[in-house]
Amino acid sequence: MLHLLSGDKPRSVVLTIILLVILISLAFAPFLFPGVRSLETAARICIFIVLVASYDLLLGYSGIVSFAHTMFFGLGAYGVALSSIHMGRGYDALIVGTVLGAIAAAALAWLIALFSLRVRAIFFAMITLAVASAVAVLVSQLSGLTGGEDGLNYKIPRDLTPANRLGEFLGVKVNGKTLNYYLVFFGSAALFLLLLRVVNSPFGRVLQAIRENDFRAEAVGYRVVWYRTVATCLSAATAALAGSLFAIWLRYVGPDTTLSFEIMLDILLMVVIGGMGTMYGAILGATLFVLAQNYLQTLMGAASEATHSLPLVPHLLDPDRWLLWLGVLFVLSVYFFPTGIVGRLRNGR
Amino acid sequence: MSEPLLTLSGVYTDIDQYHILQGVDLTVPRGAVTMLLGRNGVGKTTTLRTIIGHWKAKAGSIMYDGQDIVAMATPARARAGIGFVPEDMGIFADLTVEENMILAAVSGAPDPARLDWLFGVFPPLKTFWNSQAGTLSGGQKQMLSIARAMIEDRKLYLIDEPTKGLAPAIVSTMAGALRDLKEQGATILLVEQNFAVAKALGDHVAVMEDGKIIWTGDMATLSTDAALQERLMGLSMEAAQ
Repeated sequence: MLHLLSGDKPRSVVLTIILLVILISLAFAPFLFPGVRSLETAARICIFIVLVASYDLLLGYSGIVSFAHTMFFGLGAYGVALSSIHMGRGYDALIVGTVLGAIAAAALAWLIALFSLRVRAIFFAMITLAVASAVAVLVSQLSGLTGGEDGLNYKIPRDLTPANRLGEFLGVKVNGKTLNYYLVFFGSAALFLLLLRVVNSPFGRVLQAIRENDFRAEAVGYRVVWYRTVATCLSAATAALAGSLFAIWLRYVGPDTTLSFEIMLDILLMVVIGGMGTMYGAILGATLFVLAQNYLQTLMGAASEATHSLPLVPHLLDPDRWLLWLGVLFVLSVYFFPTGIVGRLRNGR
Repeated sequence: MSEPLLTLSGVYTDIDQYHILQGVDLTVPRGAVTMLLGRNGVGKTTTLRTIIGHWKAKAGSIMYDGQDIVAMATPARARAGIGFVPEDMGIFADLTVEENMILAAVSGAPDPARLDWLFGVFPPLKTFWNSQAGTLSGGQKQMLSIARAMIEDRKLYLIDEPTKGLAPAIVSTMAGALRDLKEQGATILLVEQNFAVAKALGDHVAVMEDGKIIWTGDMATLSTDAALQERLMGLSMEAAQ
């Protein structure tokens, strides 16, 4: 097990328990939480764990701020969509789209890194912001190819759709959607473990050294720009792979679901809340955030009803104010967990 | 006499609008300890940082082991065998002691015999092998900083004020480690404000003033001439001990 985690133990009993609960919940989600909405939430958590972990490789381990992560995520998603449309329904289309999406993301990341990582980090952040905005506009404008603002609907192999009925297991109807979920789950798990391996490798140690002090790393003999460029490409390719999983799961891609700046901000928040430079923070951050996004409104509706006899409180807990409370929750979590939840659990401070 | 390992000729270095080095001429012979002395702010640290490449020389040449390295990038200089110990305990605080050491062994896994020697010289490194470097005390951090440079046999060691701000017991450990390194025939360019350490270790001396080398000679000459010390550095080595 430790080998699977690349020797990177959670280093906290509470954290270990939380991670195990999340792992078991996600692994058995179709049976523990049957229903379309809960399965949708579980799949989204799996995909966002990979997306956030790949961003953590960049921000937490390499100290590079990028605003183009959703662009790479979108490249993977659009890769699957376009290949499925042009090659027709089939696994070959999924594979080709996934591989081409990841290659395109890595190539674009390499180009951006080459032009901007030699100078100050803030310049890289600005370039990524500009390129991501340009790509979002292009996707919106090239409606003939990308479907514009409406996005693209496409077909995936029938085995992975609800039409493929496989009977019942533990009282739950198993169909192609369940298989699709497990494709997402195992794909995400493999990508997360791969990222964990990367950050715990000698390459990952050099990245951490560079993050701490790039001159010192250079004085030891490491070419900072080369390491940062490789980290950027790896992070982009992984984000694209997460995007491909998302596209296979949703059977739809559009600018709002994959390319929006709102998702970029969500990723940033998930990394910070979970704990930068920890990888496990991605699991906690993504789980908490996606759960809050999906269930806070429902929870507030119930709380508002339960407190209807009190003055003011039901108004404060009105489901329409869920975004306000989400904001308050995040301000509080950043205040109380400045090193993220994982940092707090590991250090006890 | 063999060719010096390092020769700086007419090196000028600017940091922003400040002209720090103003024509440094310095020779570092092989297999000896050259002390770079001088008052605060005369350009000693900038000289070391110019040699490793942190600051780019605006003019002049830096001949290292037979080649001019002025245009060479810092990582290439390090891989060419220059070990650098900065004055601010240049460790990686987020990594463990072990990771710091492994990271510094750029040409492969650390040599176990050399590691054993370092554990003998700096016992706390073995004790705190798996601890985060940031949790070490100031003296232990400095030990790690020097041990990182020593983890591989470098052609040249640039060491900037290794005993600065350390307790006397740690200063003596540092001096012992540097003496060991010297006895192995290492070439060291050392900036040191502790005159007792400088006197005990130094073979040659270069004294800086206003971004230039104003005097070079043997430590034996400087250490026995109080008037010369007073003239060059504004105080005598004996009085400063």
